[in-house]
Amino acid sequence: MRIGVDVGGTNTDAVLMQENKVLASHKAPTTENVSDGIVSAINAVLSGSGVAAAQIQHVMIGTTHFTNAFVERKGLLSVGIIRIALPSSRGVLPLTDWPVDLSRTVGKHHFLIKGGYQYDGRIADELDEVAVANAAKEIRRKGLKTVAITGLFSPVNSAMEYRALEIVQNELPDASITLSSNIGRVGILERENAAVMNASLADLSRTVVQSFHDALRKLKIDAPFYVSQNDGTLMSSAYVEKYPVLTFASGPTNSMRGAAYLSGLKNALIADIGGTTTDIGVLVNGFPRESSITVDIGGVRTNFRMPDVLSLGLGGGSLVETRAGRTMVGPTSIGYRLLKEAMVFGGQTMCATDLAVAGGYSDIGDKNLVSKLPRELVSQGIKRIHEIVTEGVDRMKTSFEPVPLVLVGGGSVLIRDDIPGTSETIIPDNAGVANAIGASIAQVSGETDRVFAYDAMGREASLQTAKDEAKARAVDAGADPTTIEVLDIEEVPLAYMPGGAVRIRVKVAGELAATR
Amino acid sequence: MKVSLDDLPDIATGATFLGTGGGGDPYIGRLLAMNAIKEFGAPELIEPDDLDDDALVFTIAMLGAPTVLGEKAACGDDIDLAVEKLAQRLGRQPDALVGIEIGGINSLLPVMAAARLGLPLVNADGMGRAFPEIQMVTFNVYGISCTPLSVTDDHLTSLVVDTKDAKSAEDLVRVAAMQLGLSVILSSYPMSGADLKRTAVKGTLTMALEIGRAITQGRNDGRPVEALIDYLRTTTYYNECKQLFDGKVTDIKRETTQGFNVGACQLVSLSDPCDVMEISFQNEHLVARLNGKTKCIVPDLICLVDRETAEPVPVDGLKYGQRLKVIATSAAPIMRTPESLAVFGPHAFGLDEAFVPLEQIE
Repeated sequence: MRIGVDVGGTNTDAVLMQENKVLASHKAPTTENVSDGIVSAINAVLSGSGVAAAQIQHVMIGTTHFTNAFVERKGLLSVGIIRIALPSSRGVLPLTDWPVDLSRTVGKHHFLIKGGYQYDGRIADELDEVAVANAAKEIRRKGLKTVAITGLFSPVNSAMEYRALEIVQNELPDASITLSSNIGRVGILERENAAVMNASLADLSRTVVQSFHDALRKLKIDAPFYVSQNDGTLMSSAYVEKYPVLTFASGPTNSMRGAAYLSGLKNALIADIGGTTTDIGVLVNGFPRESSITVDIGGVRTNFRMPDVLSLGLGGGSLVETRAGRTMVGPTSIGYRLLKEAMVFGGQTMCATDLAVAGGYSDIGDKNLVSKLPRELVSQGIKRIHEIVTEGVDRMKTSFEPVPLVLVGGGSVLIRDDIPGTSETIIPDNAGVANAIGASIAQVSGETDRVFAYDAMGREASLQTAKDEAKARAVDAGADPTTIEVLDIEEVPLAYMPGGAVRIRVKVAGELAATR
Repeated sequence: MKVSLDDLPDIATGATFLGTGGGGDPYIGRLLAMNAIKEFGAPELIEPDDLDDDALVFTIAMLGAPTVLGEKAACGDDIDLAVEKLAQRLGRQPDALVGIEIGGINSLLPVMAAARLGLPLVNADGMGRAFPEIQMVTFNVYGISCTPLSVTDDHLTSLVVDTKDAKSAEDLVRVAAMQLGLSVILSSYPMSGADLKRTAVKGTLTMALEIGRAITQGRNDGRPVEALIDYLRTTTYYNECKQLFDGKVTDIKRETTQGFNVGACQLVSLSDPCDVMEISFQNEHLVARLNGKTKCIVPDLICLVDRETAEPVPVDGLKYGQRLKVIATSAAPIMRTPESLAVFGPHAFGLDEAFVPLEQIE
């Protein structure tokens, strides 16, 4: 038996799962210290189902805590930034293009050091080990507790980053150290940005992971716990403590994975309709499609693995207004004030939920309070709601073929009719706790992303090597080797160059070894 | 005028537009130029006519895979060395630098170079767009020798090359670039002020800037695509300008052939699903066909922009479901002559049809 938890900004949800069944679920308010909210949510599902804490084998936690902390600049540390790339990359210094307040918080403590690889893994320059040791001494003198190490083409060959790690650890045994090759892809600045963001969260990640431990101890749950990452797979508690940025997009990922699980579909569109926004994503082979472009977080450009999500300004609390004879819904929303201000709850503000109730297909609040709304306005508003979702679905679709649409989130009650371009519209049971369910069913993944020379190695051998590397990484992360499946293969030819240089990305995932 | 820090984002947007799908993401170029301006001060931008006829001008560019440049960036010394090596060879220092390709990343690399070296940058380039090879520039078409040229890398490896023609230089430099790690700095086409005035596509850096400004301003006013087209119509080269299509990406085919990103993108009209536009590309867009009928062909420019924000979308950024407008503009007259078409017209890209100017196509 296992428990999935979603620690969101507002609510902490817990679900108790046995094999494929949801035994119990509960929503509790998120608390300042994180731990209390988790304890009360898990307590509720345990007592609700009569299951003893000792029967729990795994706990999976999803959280947006680190994303929120970085965006709000809370609890961030100054970072010693080591870049191993000289003489390359000197034209673009670390923290270039960061928002001023953030770069001030993180501090300009950077050290550019000789070393690194070429695109094909050849050594560009030997690592200047003395310079790394000197940088570490200087970092110690400055009293910094956290270090980010980024090496030229480290996604292709990470050996120098690991050697630098040894040297820095030798000087600074207590520092937390982030290696860029564990986070990002080719593109030194974006990868370094992600590494520095991660390093700046070192203190917070220790506190939060500790509060997860505390919560489970209080609950007398002895099982190991895992945290879900951006791609919908799991990492161990020790790993999330080192790499909190890998949780940055786990919120939408978990809701999509949960929706997939609840609907039994592996390929579908998912719309998570909340109070203010609708997040639409695409599920491919049971995992969210990833964004191929760079993503800004808190004003910083990164290139790490994130799901491709389209956010629309439509939710249960979206304002309904008539402008120039047209009925408009959103993007402004009354959000959490819905329960007070919406007409069906006795308030004065007409919002999307009021339309759904007036339209006679949702039963929320008091439907008599909206019975006098003009019929024309109601039908136009409902039409507009469906148009917004239809357009969003159309943007995110991967082919002409109609695909199923799964609706989750409290705002799913806004949808009455089938959405054009979809084969069916499904609102599964337990749609409100899809996030926690998504966390509870996560698998363990492995990925490789580097450049191969097809002219020298051949396409088949290159692809096989890439798959083997990804599988080895999944096994290292705790996957049962017999369950590993290839999820995604992407070949991107490097333009403007002969020689058949092709960047291959392979992602695989398998069941957690101990679950079997 | 000087190229200021505030100009860089707009130049980058304009350069992506003029990249006609290729040329590499100017983001890293913008950061390089920004750091160079902060360290060395803003470079002076001069008009071609400000040059003395016997002034000496070098081009400066990066050559290789833009993805690799995103990892290695340029170190700066490699740029200085490329200019120094070419100057040594010619026994004379340059009086100014000029870009070779306004489309994509090579729009801003010359800004970085001019700032570092304290040299004026000439407001011009050799194509007014982006093309994939060194010989595909007006300088070559109108008789300027591509060589001697210098190639450098960040380890300060340098090569000075003489070849019989520009195409041979292209072939040789590509091979060298592979050995040097897929990203090198190239200084080529040393020429006199008089030659530059005769052969360059003039005023293109400020046009890139103004294109970016028009889009930015248009977004503030809620009409970015219209603002872009309005501006293009006022320019000397891009004045023949049409919105060819308003549609949604329904298919993208890509493959690599001899180091080129070759393929096609298909869009279906938002108003009439029977209308289909196919845009073929070889790094850059080559031809746009509506229901099989050619609507714009190289060297005229075919640019894809987001239909809401007018953000130019390069080939690497194309995704199914994007809603895009297809904007076509005329190339500079100097690029539509028989001599130019022989070097970068439809036949040079293996297309079996003749060039017809955009404004003469129904």
